[in-house]
Amino acid sequence: MDINAVPQDDSTTYANNKKAIYARDEDGNIRAVSSSGWEAEETVTKQALHDLQEHASEAYNDVKRGLKSPLYFHMYNIRMDLQVLAESTGFFKWSIKKDFCPEKFAKISQKRLAIYADAMGIKEEDLQILPKKDTDA
Amino acid sequence: MHKEFHHTHSAHCESGVMSSMLRYYGLNLSEPMVFGLASALTFAYLPFVKMGGMPLIAYRSFPKSIIKNIRKNLNVKMKLETFSNKEKGEKRLNELLQEGKIVGAQTSVYWLPYFPEEMRFHFNAHNLLVIAKDDKDYTISDPVFEETVKCDFAALTKARFVKGVMAPKGLLYYPIDVPKSVDLKPVIVKAIKKVAKLMLKTPVPIAGIKGIRSLAKAIEKLETKEKRYAKLFLGHIVRMQEEIGTGGAGFRYIYASFLKESSEIFDNNKILSEASEMFLEVGDEYREFALMIAKALKSKKEINFKAIAQKLNSVADEETLAYKKLLEFVKEYK
Repeated sequence: MDINAVPQDDSTTYANNKKAIYARDEDGNIRAVSSSGWEAEETVTKQALHDLQEHASEAYNDVKRGLKSPLYFHMYNIRMDLQVLAESTGFFKWSIKKDFCPEKFAKISQKRLAIYADAMGIKEEDLQILPKKDTDA
Repeated sequence: MHKEFHHTHSAHCESGVMSSMLRYYGLNLSEPMVFGLASALTFAYLPFVKMGGMPLIAYRSFPKSIIKNIRKNLNVKMKLETFSNKEKGEKRLNELLQEGKIVGAQTSVYWLPYFPEEMRFHFNAHNLLVIAKDDKDYTISDPVFEETVKCDFAALTKARFVKGVMAPKGLLYYPIDVPKSVDLKPVIVKAIKKVAKLMLKTPVPIAGIKGIRSLAKAIEKLETKEKRYAKLFLGHIVRMQEEIGTGGAGFRYIYASFLKESSEIFDNNKILSEASEMFLEVGDEYREFALMIAKALKSKKEINFKAIAQKLNSVADEETLAYKKLLEFVKEYK
């Protein structure tokens, strides 16, 4: 790619940052130049972000309807899934699934809750409730 | 930090960190040179390793391999330290900074607060350089950012100690002895040979050119899969290629730059400069492939999986020629 062909698409997914990309300059040297974004990349990043948001909002509704415990929402809200949460806590997947059950999660041991809180970077008391959404009012 | 440190905006985290670190300690190597000497270019498609429910697709060697290959190939004495707990890990980093060292660290992108929301995913193998600290923040030279950034103690420690796939375990690394100069020629030949052989001659269909063709086959099969999954899979390929550490096209461009620099070291070697041009082309082809997918994802029409797979196969054809070119060079310098 030539330097003048390096896309400068001001992608919102770059959030005003730039990425370095190597391209050929007028003298035939290949050096790093900054790119403010590329539409193709923006499309797929947005797709991934949208997918994560969808999971989180579906989870939010499930918790609200009493089908799942708040843990289930918080997991998706911090862009994790069962796999990542299991790896982050060292818990078995099946045991985490049990904690998705609202009745079970209400009786969770302090020790286990503390491990979730640490791995997810969320305070113990916050982990046990569903945060209010702006649209909830 | 004893001397002045110059932050450089790099295309890839691990090669960027190693280049900046070596330069600080007296060995001036560009990011592409580090990337090339570490034989970091590759391709791997591992359908049985899942990340976020998607198969692992890698356009470069495994995390830490650049650090380890540079150590081996350039005779740089490096120390790599991991820790059993956060407290020890944080204390050790602070000690090293106190001694005036700049220190490489492996982290998870998600937990670094200076990353914008749009880029925060659970990816555990992001490399950065810690260059100083004050009473609450570290000063970090993160190669993929334009300027140095600040990060509070707790956040960096959290990012260093996530568990899971490629868990960093608080990894810190720094050189103890850096040669003042290196005879690059033999290292270049060896490193090029390794990449070309791996890409052309890996017998299993998960790595090298054969891996690319397996991925093309998987794309063709998406026709029979559920639509939502098919779209996410295609998006995933491009994200792995373009977004995660500049990916497929970006790495081909870095490699092209390495070959151009190498050609000059070998008295303007013609084969190397031709190969450099070829890798620029291959990089462009990867970007066309990415663009084709992005367009298909946006369009309301049925996705033509066959055409996308065909495009990837034609990239593989071109890339094959580029590696064959490299083998010509290796033969000349045997």
